[in-house]
Amino acid sequence: MAKVPVEIEINEKWCKGCGICIAFCPTKVYTVREDGKPAIINPEACTGCGLCELRCPDFAINLGGKKNGN
Amino acid sequence: MAVEELLQKYFRKKLPHIWCPGCGNGIIMGAVVRAIDKLGLDQKKTVIVSGIGCSSRAPGYMKFDTLHTTHGRAIAHATGVKMANPELNVVVLTGDGDSSAIGGNHLIHAARRNIDLTVVVFNNNIYGMTGGQFSPLTPSGSFATTAPYGVIDRNFDLCELAKAAGGTYVARGTAYHTRQLVDLVADGLAHKGFSFIEVVSQCPMYYGRKNQLASAVAMLEWQKEHAVPVKAAAKMTPEQLAGKFAIGELYRAEGVPEYTAAYGEVIAKLGRDQQ
Repeated sequence: MAKVPVEIEINEKWCKGCGICIAFCPTKVYTVREDGKPAIINPEACTGCGLCELRCPDFAINLGGKKNGN
Repeated sequence: MAVEELLQKYFRKKLPHIWCPGCGNGIIMGAVVRAIDKLGLDQKKTVIVSGIGCSSRAPGYMKFDTLHTTHGRAIAHATGVKMANPELNVVVLTGDGDSSAIGGNHLIHAARRNIDLTVVVFNNNIYGMTGGQFSPLTPSGSFATTAPYGVIDRNFDLCELAKAAGGTYVARGTAYHTRQLVDLVADGLAHKGFSFIEVVSQCPMYYGRKNQLASAVAMLEWQKEHAVPVKAAAKMTPEQLAGKFAIGELYRAEGVPEYTAAYGEVIAKLGRDQQ
């Protein structure tokens, strides 16, 4: 089955730059920007596991796309 | 359910919240809402009650009937709601200080009665809102604004208290183990009786900074390293478990009379006697 990329949306206004998503992404999709907020550097690696969305304290990450079927 | 849908359905238009960067409160609030969604509870028949403290601001963001009550008295108010309307799902969101110190007595008696409430304790080990004073759940030896030389109080296990007082569902989770936390809260909500879930959380601002855990990431790493699944913990010696804590469902008792059901029977009996 072809790999369907997950759409990762980051709400810049709500993100407080705590770094949880960056540190705990199992496939290192994110890296830290100068302001401490996440940049998506490796979107193809996203497996849609949803951990960043679950652990974001600020509800600032929204995973879309077909992988997020739940 | 993706965050976008979750926000639409379960949250008021009051976000972003006021909690500090990396605070665990947002993670736990999200887990509670996901647990409610998992069970498909009727939003109009679910009431969220809180006391005072950082954690107790959560209901203000949540699209339910909510009560933000006085310090330590969330469980007392929730008891009133449940007694008046036993068909409601009543959830209490409280902090470690709110539930163990100021409201400790209410916790004991709600557990003793086995009233059908679900109490979720946001345990960040500190009174964050007022500037970092130590609470009964601040670990012995750690530092706080009011304990510059370390806390001399002995460690206190609130799950043991809830169990000993008569609670019939007792669990502990962490902000780090978020997926498990959703399941633990859902199990508590589904359980008919007094359900108690302690969530080991992080306050990077007032607890972390004083205890060599200067970031939310460091604090979540700490949770990951110190939490032991309850089955593994059962096989460990006290020495191996020193400084660690068990997570998962710690205790469950079935068949214990639930308080509002017992009260309903009294009402029904009186009705029959008067006929």
